[in-house]
Amino acid sequence: MEFFWQLMINGLSLGFLYGISAMGFVMIYKSSSVLNFAHGELLALGAYIFLAFMMWFKIPAIPAFIITLVLCFAFGFLVERVFLRPLIGEPLIFVIMLTVGLASMMKGAILLLWGGNLYTYPEFIPQTLTLSLGGVNIQPVYNVSFMLGVVFLLIFGFFFKYTSQGIFMRSVADNQRAALSLGVNVRRIFALSWAIAALVAGMSGIVLGVINGINVHELSAIGLKVFPVVILGGLDSIAGAIVGGVIIGVLESFTGGYLTPSLRDVVPYIILVGILMVKPYGLFGQVEIERV
Amino acid sequence: MLLLINNISVVYSDVIQVLKGVSLSIEEHNIVSLLGSNGAGKTTTLKAVSGLLKPENGKVTDGEIIFQGEKIHNKAPEEITRLGIIQVLEGRQPFKYLTVEENLRVGTATRPGQSFKDDLELVYHYFPALKTRRKMKAGYCSGGELQMLVIGRALMAHPKLLLLDEPSLGLAPLVVREIFQIIKRINEEQKTTIILVEQNANMALQIAHYGYVMENGRIVMEGRANELRENPDIKEFYLGLAPDGEGHSYTDVKAYRRRKRWL
Repeated sequence: MEFFWQLMINGLSLGFLYGISAMGFVMIYKSSSVLNFAHGELLALGAYIFLAFMMWFKIPAIPAFIITLVLCFAFGFLVERVFLRPLIGEPLIFVIMLTVGLASMMKGAILLLWGGNLYTYPEFIPQTLTLSLGGVNIQPVYNVSFMLGVVFLLIFGFFFKYTSQGIFMRSVADNQRAALSLGVNVRRIFALSWAIAALVAGMSGIVLGVINGINVHELSAIGLKVFPVVILGGLDSIAGAIVGGVIIGVLESFTGGYLTPSLRDVVPYIILVGILMVKPYGLFGQVEIERV
Repeated sequence: MLLLINNISVVYSDVIQVLKGVSLSIEEHNIVSLLGSNGAGKTTTLKAVSGLLKPENGKVTDGEIIFQGEKIHNKAPEEITRLGIIQVLEGRQPFKYLTVEENLRVGTATRPGQSFKDDLELVYHYFPALKTRRKMKAGYCSGGELQMLVIGRALMAHPKLLLLDEPSLGLAPLVVREIFQIIKRINEEQKTTIILVEQNANMALQIAHYGYVMENGRIVMEGRANELRENPDIKEFYLGLAPDGEGHSYTDVKAYRRRKRWL
């Protein structure tokens, strides 16, 4: 039973992380209908920037973490400005193909700078954060990941529900023409959603780097996991992304623990197919409001 | 003169010419009504003013649009809305998944960071029905409420010039009457200049000060609203009133010629 709870808790915090990073993906999709194939590379970028600050510049963990997030945010903004803005008005498939190209470019740049080796961060999470619940030991990194998840969720929940920028972002996702007619700066909203996506991806990248080690191939492969996560949760639902992430995380953890670790990447997709047969919009996909 | 449209031509996708030399002049604090049948170019005229032609690949190729002494044709909608020109799109276009109050808040996009509490109260004062619905998702409101919502949303932006595109579309006659009364009150109390595009010529000419009639991308007639209401051709072709209370026979060549002159 202890093993069960151990797996459960690891799965939950990992899943939370998937969910948060998928949230970035969903935001880009919601505001501009673009599927971002460079999501995994955004994860990797966050992990490597953090690595650079820790190893090269020897900056303590917390400031390094904050600087990394700021840089990721700025990078997202830049990507939109430089690569995507010229494509506004072009068919969507061009933009989606551009994100594929962006993925290779970023991967190439990371390989050039750091090579394909597996890195690990110097130990920076204090062991005192280990939590012991009825014989189940939760490792500090999972605790941290869980707390980060909750904090980010609260921040974004508040942002989208109450702040003007958040409401503008949702309005663009809802009806772009109407938003334009009211003077919402749609291009800035696109840039903002890329920036936020890069930020949450970078954050997840760091935590995943702590758990699995830092390797560009592995991190970008984890990035691909946003697809089962968001399709499961419904492509256009932010809450769905979180729930989808948690489900995939827990499934993975159980498969790895009870069946065999080599299946852990496959089972989520099998479950995904099963759920989509019953609910084609995903678990929380927005049901079209239709007036009759 | 608040807005001057001087002999503009509008072309979509570089080939489809929709407006061929349209000129309008809009006096401050007036309601100006733009009438005409489907495809006459009324909506395109509004979009040329509000800048919304751009995302649809349309362009003003000739002529100029001057708002308060400033040339605004072919500018981006973000800039034009910040000058105080807000278009209420045809077919209502609410943000379906946002609540009524959130919809209204989007109307403050042109003046970020400013307080909007008083404006919310103002909108609820004109449209009390919205207040009871404020926490509801807009997608579940009725057609009349949605029309009120989108007009209210535009009011949140403090418009100097409000462009209303067919506010009566698909609404019950009583609701149309109510909405037109409110439009008139907004014009009188807020001193908002309004361009009103309408199919319902009768209602539009009742609240408008001035009117233009468009056909095939041209202005074919203009005049004070009360004069237009009395014009026999307008009466027959746009208000649906036959002269002497009788209809025409289709064999009546003279009537056909008279109609033809408009097209």
